[in-house]
Amino acid sequence: MVLAEGVHKSFGRLEVLKGISLEVRPSEVLCLLGPSGSGKSTFLRCINHLESIDAGRLYVDGELVGYRQAGDKLHELHDAEVARKRAEIGMVFQRFNLFPHMTALENVMEAPVRVKKRPREQVRATARELLERVGVADKERVYPAQLSGGQQQRVAIARALAMEPKLMLFDEPTSALDPELVGEVLDVMRALAGAGMTMIVVTHEIGFAREVGDTVAFMDAGVVVETGVPREVFAAPRHERTRAFLSKVL
Amino acid sequence: MSGPATIDAPAPAARPDDIKAVPVRRPGRWVAAAVVLFLAVVVVHSVATNPRFGWGTVGHYLFSSRILHGLVLTIELTAIAMAGGILLGVLLAIMRLSPNPLVSSASWLYIWFFRGTPVLVQILFWSFIAALYPRISLGVPFGGPEFVHANANDFITPFVAAILALGLNEGAYMAEIVRAGIISVEEGQTEAASALGMTRLQTMRRIVLPQAMKVIIPPTGNETISMLKTSSLVSVVAISELLYSAQLIYAVNFRQIPLLLTVSIWYLAITSLLSIGQFYVERHYGRGSSRGRQATWFERLRRNLAIRHARVDGAGRPS
Repeated sequence: MVLAEGVHKSFGRLEVLKGISLEVRPSEVLCLLGPSGSGKSTFLRCINHLESIDAGRLYVDGELVGYRQAGDKLHELHDAEVARKRAEIGMVFQRFNLFPHMTALENVMEAPVRVKKRPREQVRATARELLERVGVADKERVYPAQLSGGQQQRVAIARALAMEPKLMLFDEPTSALDPELVGEVLDVMRALAGAGMTMIVVTHEIGFAREVGDTVAFMDAGVVVETGVPREVFAAPRHERTRAFLSKVL
Repeated sequence: MSGPATIDAPAPAARPDDIKAVPVRRPGRWVAAAVVLFLAVVVVHSVATNPRFGWGTVGHYLFSSRILHGLVLTIELTAIAMAGGILLGVLLAIMRLSPNPLVSSASWLYIWFFRGTPVLVQILFWSFIAALYPRISLGVPFGGPEFVHANANDFITPFVAAILALGLNEGAYMAEIVRAGIISVEEGQTEAASALGMTRLQTMRRIVLPQAMKVIIPPTGNETISMLKTSSLVSVVAISELLYSAQLIYAVNFRQIPLLLTVSIWYLAITSLLSIGQFYVERHYGRGSSRGRQATWFERLRRNLAIRHARVDGAGRPS
């Protein structure tokens, strides 16, 4: 589903990704761990081309991200083309980024109506189902400012799911939440993984990574230091830096 | 998460009596109130008894057809110039934020020029435009064919010149207001919209501009009120808007003060109406804000009266 080969990315003179190679198969859940500034979020944002990469190749579903290859030449994709591909990838942000001037239901309905041009009534029905699935059905007329952080994040997940994505990206989805609200968001994500969604999750929730992750990748200073099955990586980290990190967070 | 309770929560103690204290004496407040009241009486007395205010004349002209005609023209000027200014402002603001350096500097140059010269000069300039371009035509430039052409003096009447001057000038100010609104919207909003596959135009129209409105509306209301009064400047090019209508009348009967009072009353009345309109527009775009829905003036009055009642009844705390 996602294939990264030697992905590099710099912001000015600061190189944040120094050759990332990873593969995520359909229905797999990959958890990205690592200290702040290690490049986890940047890598995630490269996958739906919110950031463009400088070197290497990045494929989603067998297609290059952000470019089109013709012979041995790369062509930048047109904005509309990039938008079309992003519509197939759901993203959940650390700070929720719900649209504050729309109710919970309107937030979920916006993209299917505007981007996919689906009929309103049909979208409304599916949007209601999604809100029910994430457990905020009673809040459909409420504006984001009146929701708790956990509720906002669950609406944000429903909003992403409304586009029927083939891949979901989670950028530290529980880092901005009060500790007592983390559980309700992780429950929704757990259910989603159980339903077979392909997911890449940047997280500090070791417990979630151990339980739900099929693979964990530990990143530090722009490289993937160690990757493997969660149980093995957590029980017996092979790399010194993984061990140092885990000793602090476990 | 919570297990079975093993210890009962302590029973709440009985609520102690409400505090009844002697309020602090504030004689300064009484003195200040007395001074203000005295000055108010002096002003009202003078306004009412000085015959030179000519209130009878004010009453006579307030609804006279020439003044009302001028009023309609003033409102037309304000509305058309503001509408043009807002459209132009949105366009210039988006241009200013464009990644294309030529486009953004063109916008910058426009704003620099139209904000940098007095609007009175611009009004005069447009009214003399025929001296600069006697013929105005639509066609292919540099000697190409012409489709339509007109004599500048026929096409750009004083009214059109006034609209052009006020509207083009307003566009420059509105551009900065709209730009401030756009950049006040959090970047995460644009990102979330992009991640959902929305195009740049959809993101601007559906996500960014509606949120920018909260920042754009208050200064735009200000600009509209300011435009209402700035439109009186076009009296210099002999357009019989409100002020010039009054000037024409007092040029004949020499009752300057009463006619200027008449004009002021109308400007005040329209300004008050605009303020009320602004309140409702602001309330519409404030939806979803954590401060909740703003109460209308009437609702606030009713609530205040309710509190006053509760106090007078001596029933205890106002809710």
